[in-house]
Parts: sequence; structure tokens; C-alpha cells
Amino acid sequence: MTKPENVSRGPWATALNRLSHDRTALVALAVFVLIVVACLSAPIYAHLAGVDPFKSTLDATITIDGVQKPVMEVPTTGLALGYTPIGPTWRLGTYFLGADNQGRDVMARLLYGGMNSILIAGAATLFTLVFATVFGLLAGFFGGVVDMVISRILDVLWAFPVYLLAISLSIVLLTQGISIGPWTIDSSSLMLPIFIIGVIYIPYVARPVRGQVMSLRQSDFVMAAIGLGAPSGRILWKDILPNVSTTLIVFIPIMMALNMLTESALSFLSIGVQPPDASWGTIIQDGQGLLYTRPAVALAPGFMIVISVLSLNVFGDGLRDALDPRSKIKLGRG
Amino acid sequence: MTALYEITNLSKRFTVGSRFSRQGKRVVQAVDGVSLSIQPGETLGLVGESGCGKSTLGRCLSRLYEISDGKLVFDGTDISTLSTAQMRPLRRKMQMVFQDPYASLNPRRRVFDLIAEPLRIHLSLPDAEVKSRVAGLLEQVGLLPDHAQRYPHEFSGGQRQRIGIARAIALEPKLVILDEPVSALDVSVQAQIVNLLADLQERLKLTYVFVAHDLSVVRQVSTRIAVMYLGSIVEIGDADSIFDRPSHPYTQALISAVPKPVNSEGRKRIILTGDVPSPINPPSGCRFHPRCPVAQDKCRVDRPTLTVANGRTAACHFPII
Repeated sequence: MTKPENVSRGPWATALNRLSHDRTALVALAVFVLIVVACLSAPIYAHLAGVDPFKSTLDATITIDGVQKPVMEVPTTGLALGYTPIGPTWRLGTYFLGADNQGRDVMARLLYGGMNSILIAGAATLFTLVFATVFGLLAGFFGGVVDMVISRILDVLWAFPVYLLAISLSIVLLTQGISIGPWTIDSSSLMLPIFIIGVIYIPYVARPVRGQVMSLRQSDFVMAAIGLGAPSGRILWKDILPNVSTTLIVFIPIMMALNMLTESALSFLSIGVQPPDASWGTIIQDGQGLLYTRPAVALAPGFMIVISVLSLNVFGDGLRDALDPRSKIKLGRG
Repeated sequence: MTALYEITNLSKRFTVGSRFSRQGKRVVQAVDGVSLSIQPGETLGLVGESGCGKSTLGRCLSRLYEISDGKLVFDGTDISTLSTAQMRPLRRKMQMVFQDPYASLNPRRRVFDLIAEPLRIHLSLPDAEVKSRVAGLLEQVGLLPDHAQRYPHEFSGGQRQRIGIARAIALEPKLVILDEPVSALDVSVQAQIVNLLADLQERLKLTYVFVAHDLSVVRQVSTRIAVMYLGSIVEIGDADSIFDRPSHPYTQALISAVPKPVNSEGRKRIILTGDVPSPINPPSGCRFHPRCPVAQDKCRVDRPTLTVANGRTAACHFPII
């Protein structure tokens, strides 16, 4: 195969080409896309199965192989207290993964919950990246007082252990909701976990961005741009941002994975997504009490979290290798 | 003839270390009281060994660095204290070419955008006009119009330097400050770039400040040469007299280090002993006295200034000529 002489390959095309040869990363991406597609089709699943994943159905019955069974069985052994929800039937549409403690279809809730988990993780990632980029660019480029102010604010955020900060913010916001001027955010809104998770990770991205901008600020090509008489905004936009963008892109899957974990943890602690809405974290919490009788309720969302986070991290590694083979982006305080 | 650029008593100090480090804050006197006047149309060579402050001087002249002291009058305007924003319109008349052609071009922009950048910043031209100008510039520096759509990484060092030069001449400036423009290149490519610079100078009536450490290159391109040692100019004069009859002992030692063909009339190589002193703590009196072969007591106390003697300008109490 010959390449036409004057077709030139830019840095983006080169990276894409490198990525397209990385099978591991592509498989990981495919797995994650599959999960996203499946979760987004939650309403279709619920519609076809004719179940309402948000309504308690304690007295419903289903027919399997011509035998009618109650969804909430009264146990016949042991102390025979309360109900045990039906276990996995492995039939799509009718309690594939069984029911939870309120007789709701776990499969449908798993898909709806995944939709929320992915939505929150994605939106929080976007939130983090936008603010971290702005802060990082301004602090790194202008230095001096601007840098001082921004860096100290980030340091304060940074000083809190992530979960402690998230939990405190959640408790305050979930009891009151937020109202800023004409906008009121209800305490059960998904905007709250998005905001909380988005805020707590800003320093983790803004720091490396700031560092990179500071070194780019001293680079010859930025000096050259100043020498050409380019205004600061133009230098930031045309010279610095494109060179930071690889870092930002590499952060997307890493932050997604991290946000999914954080969201699940908060929801598990009942300070993320609020019932009757579901997320993988809340389903695990629902399944906690049924761990010995119906382990599928907790295991299924746990499994989904593991697979999603794993695929995102593997893809993120491939993406980093493709975009920025020499970079050493790591999360954490190191 | 009025000077294009009048530099009076220019100094640049850098502060290193912090208050909390062991030695505390220290001041590096990178450029120390330099006075120069650059005439339109000339090429002023700035030479000196590594760390003598020649690149810093170049960057002060283009006001990429804030200056610590002194006065810069460029083309009739006092630019010593102008802010970055106030400098912007003046950048049209004063451009810079950098040493490292690998670092001075943004790797994420196409050659077209790199060369069009000064046009877009300073002139609001229609797209078609920008396009044709960029094509013209590429041709002037010996590149093909096809190259416009490529990225810097697809070019050799010499080609990249041509891109850098095209960018610098795009606005037809009066002054171009060339910061070691050929020292990162192969010798064969150096000659091509030097020739290109000479062509452009003639065609566009440019004035050059040519910073370099390679004496043979400097001799070839310069009309006048200023020799720097530890932040100050020790000798200045037209290229031939600096090379043929150096007046300052340092210049003499520097010139004697230029490699020559075996059978050329033998001039003795003068080997300087010791290292360049630190600009943090420069020697008293004449900065060169610890290494000077002809230093006397006076040199240890009195700092010589640039003075004219026998038609030569040197900062030495005991000039050779």
C-alpha cells in the first residue's frame, strides 16, 4: 500500500492510527460501549418486559413453565419471617436476575441504574475537565497572583480526603438542595451527585494541567508567539490548549472510571442517587440484606462496576500510549 | 545616519534560589551595562562563549525578557518600559528567529498556520490574500507550496529553520534578531541557511542581530561584531578588524581558537586557563583579569569601560593595539 506523497499525517491522525492497532484497548472500548448501549436501552427493556423498575410489586405473580409463582415468596424453612424475593429465572423479560426486596425486576433496575451511573460519571468528568482546564490554564499561564489564588483554592479542596469531602458535601446538599437565584436544584436531582463528584476531583486534574502549562509557557514556540505579538488569549487557545489537550483526553476515561467508583460508593452510602431512582451503588445496597438468600442482587451491579471500570482503565492506558507515548499521567498525590 | 536601535546601559538580572534556600536569594547579572547602537542595514554579530549572556541580550532586545535597567530606543520609540500589550504593535517591525528549530514551532499546527500567524495577528487580510502570501513566503525561503499543509515533525532541521525564518520575515520587519539560528544544524545546512539569510537581507533591506558562538559563521555574515564576556561587551568593531587585529586580550584568545587549515600562516593558539567566573559573584575590576595573560594590578581594581583608542573600541586598560 502506498501513501500519496503530499498527504500529511497530523499528530491526531498518527495517534488514531496507533490506537487502531492496539487490540487490547479496542476490545476494552468495545466492552464499555456495549455496556453503555445496554444501559441506554433500559427503557426499551422495561417496556418490552412490561415491568416498572421503580414500583414496589409485593403481590405480583409470574408464570414460569406453566407454574404460577409469587414474586415475593414466603420462606418455608427457618424462621419463616418476611419474604424472600424470587431468584434469577434466567429468562429475559421476567425477572432475569430475580427481584429485589420490594419485588422489583433487578435486571431492569440494573440497566436503569447503569444509565444513571454512566450519566453521572460522564457529566461529572465533563464538569471536572472544564473547570480544571480553565483553572490550570489561567494559573499556569499568568502565574503570580492569579496562580497564587487558584492554587490555594485547589489546595484547600485537595487537603480533604476525597470521600470525606464528598460525604460532607452530600449530607449538606441532600438535606437542603441548592437554590442559587432563580435556579433550585431539588435534593433528589442527579445534578447533586454530578456537582459533588465533579468538584472534588478538580484539583486532581488542574494540578497536572497547570504544571504542563507552566512548562509550555517557557517553551520556545510560546516565546515565538509572544515575539510575533500574539495576544495572551490567542496563545492560550492556539498554542497552549492544543498541546495540553492530549493530557485532557487521556484523563477522560481515567476520570470516568474514578467517578463511577465514587458515585457507587456515595450511592451505596445513600448519599448519591436517591430512591426510588437507581444506580449501581443503590442496588448493591438493596442487595446487601439479601446477600445470603439472593446474592445476585448485589453481585450483578458489583460485576457491572468492575467490568466498566476495568474496561475504562484498560482503554485509558491504550489511549495514553497512543496520544502521548512519553507522558506519565498518574492520578493521586504522587 | 540615525541608529535603528539605540541601547544604553542595558542590564538584566535574574534572581535564583529563594529566601529559604541555604545561600538565600542570589542575583545573576546576565547582562551588565551593555550599550550598543544598531545601524539600519547592518548585521551585528554577537559572540562569546556559553553563558556570557549573548542569548539573554538577544531576548532583552526583543523584549521577550523584562529588562532590569537601561534604555532601549527602537526606531525612535522608547520601548524600555512598555508592557507586553504595548509592545504588540511594535512586534511588526522586530522579529526573532530561535536557536532550536525543533522547539520553536508548535508541533500541533500546520506549516501554513505557523507562517500565517503573524499575518493574522497584525493584518486583517482576506483568506485568499493570506494564502498567496504564505505561498510567496514559502517560495522565498526555498520551500514548496505543498509543504504548507504539513506538520513541523515532517521536516528536517534545516527546513524547520526555513519555516521559522519565513514566519519572521512575513511582516517585512526592520530588525530580525537571530538567536543562534544555525548552531543546531549540520554544517552543510548551516551554509544554506546563512546564504538564505544574506539573500533575504539584501532583498528586504533587513537589519540583523546575529547571536552565535561559531566564530567562522559570524565572520561570514557580520558587518560588525560585538564580543561579549560575562554579560558585558569587551570589544566591538567591524568584522575584519576584529578578526585580523583583535584589540582585547579576550578577543585575541577567542579568535586564536578558530580552527585553521594546517598550512595557513601560523598564529599561536592562546589557551586561557581557568573557567568562566560565575555571574553570581563576578570578579572585581576587569571581569576578565583572572584569566587574562596580560593582566596587571590596575585590572584587579579598576573596571575598564569601552573606549576608543587607535580607532578600536575595547574595554581594556592595556589593549593590544
